[in-house]
Amino acid sequence: MAVAISHDEIEHVALLARLGLSDDELEKLANELSAILDHMRALNQLDTSAIPPTAQVIPLRNVMRPDAPRPSLPVEEVLANAPDHDASYFRVPPVLD
Amino acid sequence: MELYELTIQQALEAMRLGETSSAELTRSSLDRIDALDAKVGAFLVVAGERAQAEARQADERRRRGETAPLLGIPIALKDIFCTRGIQTTCASRILEGFVPPYDATLVSRLTAAGAVMIGKTNMDEFAMGSSTENSAYQLTHNPWDLDRVPGGSSGGSAAAVAAGFAAGAFGTDTGGSIRQPAALCGVVGMKPTYGRVSRYGMIAFASSLDQAGPFARTVADCALLLETVAGPDPNDSTSLPDPVPAYSANLECDLRGLRVGVPDEYFAAGMEPGVEQAVRRAIDVLSELGAEIKPVTMPHTEYALAAYYLIAPAEASANLSRYDGVKYGLRASNANTMELYTRTRGQGFGAEVKRRIMLGTYALSAGYYDAYYVKAQKVRTLIKSDFDRAFESFDVLVAPTSPTVAFPLGARTDDPLAMYLSDVCTLPPSLAGLPALSLPCGLSDGLPVGLQIVGPALGEQIVLQVAAAYERAGGWNARVAPLT
Repeated sequence: MAVAISHDEIEHVALLARLGLSDDELEKLANELSAILDHMRALNQLDTSAIPPTAQVIPLRNVMRPDAPRPSLPVEEVLANAPDHDASYFRVPPVLD
Repeated sequence: MELYELTIQQALEAMRLGETSSAELTRSSLDRIDALDAKVGAFLVVAGERAQAEARQADERRRRGETAPLLGIPIALKDIFCTRGIQTTCASRILEGFVPPYDATLVSRLTAAGAVMIGKTNMDEFAMGSSTENSAYQLTHNPWDLDRVPGGSSGGSAAAVAAGFAAGAFGTDTGGSIRQPAALCGVVGMKPTYGRVSRYGMIAFASSLDQAGPFARTVADCALLLETVAGPDPNDSTSLPDPVPAYSANLECDLRGLRVGVPDEYFAAGMEPGVEQAVRRAIDVLSELGAEIKPVTMPHTEYALAAYYLIAPAEASANLSRYDGVKYGLRASNANTMELYTRTRGQGFGAEVKRRIMLGTYALSAGYYDAYYVKAQKVRTLIKSDFDRAFESFDVLVAPTSPTVAFPLGARTDDPLAMYLSDVCTLPPSLAGLPALSLPCGLSDGLPVGLQIVGPALGEQIVLQVAAAYERAGGWNARVAPLT
């Protein structure tokens, strides 16, 4: 039985991803994702109950440096690509009403 | 021989002997780009004036007696590397006009080595793709047949080297995005061990998989490019602390007694007969050079595609959440914060990027996380253990890089899964974090075929040695694509 992603599910995922999608895009994605995820079900053929997950292939852990301040980017450079700014702030729509 | 046909090693020698200059080499590259890139579309940005200024500086440094590993050599960079003062877009509209305020570590190491930056090359948007057709800006055409794809996602860099626009280039490889375009464009391309090259300033797609690597027309050139940029970086806490060997100084290798494994599963159905023939012939050459060739079973190979296309999109969904219209890049018109995000991202991302963000978000969401994402990570462990076991009995593994030669533009754009299948041979070494190189091993119907050589972790030297030995005997001779 094929994986079927419902319209509600795909809308929920789009919201989680903060992606504004048209109804056409949502429908197309629901079909495409269903087909792709169907292919993924092959993974269930493998017994992985005793297998640890690999998140990272290298043995490094918690690579730290001393907590000593270093120069960082000047504010003007940080703001140089800003779509909207005011003095030393990025300007955005109000978050709270 | 035209200047643009010189390899990096030949160009360095010619400059050392005073037979040419960086200014002349750079001019030769720029002229060829002017003449032919309208047909190929390798470059998003050609940094003509800046490159010529850098070339003059390189010549001046050389006159003063300075030496540096790449002094005066024109290099092209995939538009995924942050270049201070030069637009960097990842071939996406969401970063149109973005000018990074800093250089990627890879870029600053190339600058310190005296390289001349010729321009930024085209790619699949955010490195997601196998044909460079997902670029939001332009198509790149394979220099061997302009109606065909160069491969992806580093198609622009591969095409630039194949076309003789630059003797060297850099790209990135997450699931095959250096090796597969190298194979399709008839050049040498290498993905190092995960962690060998710093990812600082390299725009992130999938952080546990992404690696930068070189393109060139010879193995020796690739070795030189790699050793110039490799090594630990305090700005990348996933960069390995191990010192970098002088790869380019140690390419001589007697293959007698070398244990070469040929994984059965990589010659699966769907492989073009011409590709299989060329690869088998190359393996015969290795045998004639004295290597001991044996088949090896890597039973989890067929699951690599599914594991990768859950892990990589999941990581990408996290990495691409930063594109929100707040601090840089596109900002769509909006009435509130939610619209700021949804409209910016809806407008700024292309279809494949949206597809992967959605897939990744779904795989990570509550209720599905264990079934998809964690499952895929466990399969990743199994795939890695196939390689660990293989490297107990073998020094290197060889396989095809791509099951097919370059396919026509538009042939796979309607079927995402068909496009994903381009990567079946390159995905497993990516998941295992192992070094892997592709080099040309012949033509099939006039189109290049790539041989893939995979080594154990930090096994770049042996991979390069085997590649160099094959290259000497194989007869490809660093050719530039017959583009006119």
